[in-house]
Amino acid sequence: MNPYQRSWIVRVATALVYFFLYAPIVVLILFAFNASRTNITFQGFILYGEKVVMEGSLVRASPCGPFHWFCDLARNREIMHAARNTLTIAFTSTLLSTIIGTMAALALQRYEFRLKTFSQISLYIPIVIPEIVMGIGILVLFTQLFSLLNTALGLTGDARLSLGLGTVTASHIAFSIPFVTLVVQARLHGFEKSYEEAAMDLGANEWVTFWRVTFPMILPGVLSGAMLAFTLSLDDFVITFFTTGPGATTLPIYVYGLLRRIITPQVNALSALWVSIVFILVFGIQRLQNRQT
Amino acid sequence: MLRRLREDRSLQGLVLILPTLVFMVGLLIIPLMLTLVVSFGRRAPDGSVIYTFTLDNYLRLLGYERNCPSGAEVCFNPLYLQILWRSISLAFNTTVLVILLAYPLAYYIARAPSRWRTPLLFLVLVPMWTNFVIRVYAWMMLLRKEGVLNLILGWLANLFHIPFQPLEMLYTPGAVLVGMVYEFLPFMILPIYTSLEKIDLSMYEAAADLGANPWRTFLRVTLPLSVPGMVAGTILVFVPVMGTFVVSDLLGGRQVVLVGNLIQRQFLDARDAAFGSAASLVLMVLTLIVTYFYTRKFGFGEEIVAA
Repeated sequence: MNPYQRSWIVRVATALVYFFLYAPIVVLILFAFNASRTNITFQGFILYGEKVVMEGSLVRASPCGPFHWFCDLARNREIMHAARNTLTIAFTSTLLSTIIGTMAALALQRYEFRLKTFSQISLYIPIVIPEIVMGIGILVLFTQLFSLLNTALGLTGDARLSLGLGTVTASHIAFSIPFVTLVVQARLHGFEKSYEEAAMDLGANEWVTFWRVTFPMILPGVLSGAMLAFTLSLDDFVITFFTTGPGATTLPIYVYGLLRRIITPQVNALSALWVSIVFILVFGIQRLQNRQT
Repeated sequence: MLRRLREDRSLQGLVLILPTLVFMVGLLIIPLMLTLVVSFGRRAPDGSVIYTFTLDNYLRLLGYERNCPSGAEVCFNPLYLQILWRSISLAFNTTVLVILLAYPLAYYIARAPSRWRTPLLFLVLVPMWTNFVIRVYAWMMLLRKEGVLNLILGWLANLFHIPFQPLEMLYTPGAVLVGMVYEFLPFMILPIYTSLEKIDLSMYEAAADLGANPWRTFLRVTLPLSVPGMVAGTILVFVPVMGTFVVSDLLGGRQVVLVGNLIQRQFLDARDAAFGSAASLVLMVLTLIVTYFYTRKFGFGEEIVAA
């Protein structure tokens, strides 16, 4: 029997599932170029013009042409602010969780110490419990802690501790660490300890061995861990929702708030931008990694 | 001190793990214990928590409500039990549908020539990079009364001269199910693919030599060997579906209330952190029980073949 043989049922089912995965996204992006302001049906593309011309609920011409809603988006201060917050949180949490997670992976894979079992179990918990449970826990912790500190230290007005960028970033670091650790551990598991032992036998200390031998070998793992942490942070809704405060709105939170009230082509433009940026980013990193190996 | 650090490997290990422990204890274990403490408390009139020891919040989840509208001390209100049951059955239905959709695709990719596998998997992941909330929005656009699906259906009906009324698809339990399946499908495709790809091709030769037809080979060889992938995928799908409130909120409106919605509303609208904490812990225990028994039961592939 030819193992590559695939029946027509499998082929048809595969085609349908790919269609199911992509149709919503294609529609989403198509509607980012919609002339209709209420975004009900696709009313054609917007034409170029000196200024914005409207007919009823249709936008007929705009200086940005079909990209009208993208220009609209760039003028929306709330969205721009949310985008800046999202990126700040994602970069900070990626950097820190990658360093901390890599250290943990080294410890778990190469060292024996007390608390090892405890550390391993605690790293598994965020993967097997629903995100909302962790989010609620952190929310309860911070609200109780902050109200205690605010009263104890007599803080008032702006000096009061409250939920914000700091609490969101800390939570993102916490839920990213287990994933970075898993990825780097898998990479460390892949090559033998003997390389490191050889370096040590030749007189290198732990520090030099790490930077000259271990790190170059686990670098692909560290990079994929960082990429995973970055996408987890960008994509996170639930934990951010419970740990964010005034002024620290991220894009997913902003879009969610907007969608509960209105449906606007601005969200489609934002989605189209989001998809293309992430696609370019991931594709670029993939190419870079392929070239290195 | 520094010298000890240079020589003692167990101390080095501790130093390396320390930052992780700080985050895991500080933002996971302490919060979970605090949730437990708060869940035994009571709501103060101003929305803060009164720390006492009462099981009222848990009893309320089980249907025993205090201060009933009828004036009785305790009465039975199955509302929260219904919500719990709805969440479990939705998570179950989602998982089954996701397996049915993911399996043929994973199978196709695993049996494709090896140079095609990476691009095909890449195609599965691309939709995942759009944001979670944005993917729900895409389904809002498709399912709305004036949405794309109704437009297509109306056009088809017109073509065959059938009278057509736009269907109410958004804000129904079905919409929530479709949204959940869409959100979590890739989480099932990847593990099933991994387990299928690992199967030694000589297994198929052996099956063929022994006279098994392709269907029998699938049932006796492929399916059992892919069980670990399905188990892993089920945990990756079941757990988040149980706790998600965005999909039900945006696609179900106020019609479909799940545990996630219940918890969210206790913290943001009702300001009853004690009851919300209890619900959150019940959710955690439920998912842990389900995943524990599930992995115990299906952890070994042979058990399914025997049946």
